[in-house]
Amino acid sequence: MAARMTSTSTAGIYSPATALVLLLPLIALFCGAFLYPVGRLLAMAVFDPDFTVRHLAKAVESPLYVNVFLRTARIAAAVTLAAFALGYPVALLMSRLSGRAALFVTACVLVPLWTSVLVRSYAWIVLLQTNGLVNGLLRWLGLTEGPLKLLYTEATVLVAMTHVLLPYMILPIYGALRAIPADYERAARNLGAGAVTSFITVTLPLSLPGIFAGCLIVFILSLGFYITPALVGGPETLMAATLISQQATELLDWPFASALSLLLLAGTLVVVVVFRRFLSLSKGL
Amino acid sequence: MLIVLDAARRLGGDVALACFVCIVLLFLVTPTLIVIPMAFGEADYIEFPPRGFSLEWFDRYLTDPDWIDATLFSLKIAAGAMVGATLIGTAASVALARSRLPGASLLFALTLSPLVLPHIVLAIALYLAFAPLQLVGTTTGFLLAHTMLGVPYVTITVSAALRGFDPMLELAALNCGASRTRAFFDVVLPSIWPGITAGAIFAFLASFDEATVSLFISDVGGKTLTRKFFEDIDFNLTPVIAAVSTIMLAVSVVTMAAAAIVKKRQVPATTEEDITA
Repeated sequence: MAARMTSTSTAGIYSPATALVLLLPLIALFCGAFLYPVGRLLAMAVFDPDFTVRHLAKAVESPLYVNVFLRTARIAAAVTLAAFALGYPVALLMSRLSGRAALFVTACVLVPLWTSVLVRSYAWIVLLQTNGLVNGLLRWLGLTEGPLKLLYTEATVLVAMTHVLLPYMILPIYGALRAIPADYERAARNLGAGAVTSFITVTLPLSLPGIFAGCLIVFILSLGFYITPALVGGPETLMAATLISQQATELLDWPFASALSLLLLAGTLVVVVVFRRFLSLSKGL
Repeated sequence: MLIVLDAARRLGGDVALACFVCIVLLFLVTPTLIVIPMAFGEADYIEFPPRGFSLEWFDRYLTDPDWIDATLFSLKIAAGAMVGATLIGTAASVALARSRLPGASLLFALTLSPLVLPHIVLAIALYLAFAPLQLVGTTTGFLLAHTMLGVPYVTITVSAALRGFDPMLELAALNCGASRTRAFFDVVLPSIWPGITAGAIFAFLASFDEATVSLFISDVGGKTLTRKFFEDIDFNLTPVIAAVSTIMLAVSVVTMAAAAIVKKRQVPATTEEDITA
């Protein structure tokens, strides 16, 4: 029996030496192009040249920089909520459709996901500029007299980021919804539950892992988002990633940029660890 | 959109839900596709609705050596990063699935971490590491960075394909006297090939579309299309940017279509999530 159990597994058929040889290019690449550069950057934040918390202290003591981090967290939370509110219904319908309709919805989600963030952010500039489509539409409807200043506001950053990150919310929820056997909801309906009750008591709880996964990835990506806020945002909507880039490229304050990177990275890691526990818990239920 | 409403109606489902979903889909798709009509307008600034029909902006793009150099550089890096990420990612996925190594799950998590690490942090870290080595703006520097960024896509799709592969087939080959190498190349590789191809396509696209890291490790001599795009967006108000956007969109759609065709032949265990993660 024991022999049979091991023989149906291929987990140990390569010797550790063979496996190491196959893993060597990956380890070399990640040491050289990932661990070393990131480690060096983080070291720069606290060694100048001796150990110092000067740069970190500058970041957490000045209200200016604290505000940027608070704004980043706030925008990331708002984007996550908005993406969830818009994305869940799409994922729900997607999981029920089949054939050409399903293909159409999937294409609507995947084409934006795999279109450059630059192209999509540029589109928002085109749509929202003073003589852009949205202002033209508002004037045509008679809602506004002159063109509104739509670009470089926090609302615009929110809308554009939600647009860019929405597919990352839809796909994990769709995956979770697809994994729920259709019988479960049918059983609930047969037992007398209405559409709303069976959704709330059966479908929604079973899709929680997908919801957590979607929210986690959207929140994390929002925290470190650079391109979209840099293009459609302004000085009043400064977010962490843009602040880091400014300190590095405009002010050439690399140690301070490193300290800010360390904080952003730490924040991201905390979210990953906390949510991960959440994720595994909800899976265990 | 009509097809969605119609399908929802036939399901006997909620028309309100379908209507809401259609609005969200319009919100998703309109800003993605809006650049296309803009690229064919006659006016030398962006206006909506665009007037006339002209190919001038595509011609401008094709005759500007700066744009063409950046495009060719991007294609070269994306192709190289795709090959590198596919070889390295496939070898690593196979090794992790076929051996019992301590720390294997940690190593797997490490390969996925470029997906969640803020790209601005990676961008600055890579710039600082590359600058003293004179790697900024070089093919070597870009290949190193973009191969690393492409590896997670390959490990995700190849690991999923390996999970969907019946291990009995490989064991049968080994029992029939095939060497491990032969069993891999003759039995395992053909079955996980769709996963490898899908990973390669995603790695290509991830490199071609990558903007943040490319912005920092480019210089005057070597810059990607995304860096040139970012530089021009603020002062070049002509529809050339819209034309470039249309071309980038076309590259994405064609590549995605290729991935979808490959996916049709994919082993069933690969889920939507694995592919698009």
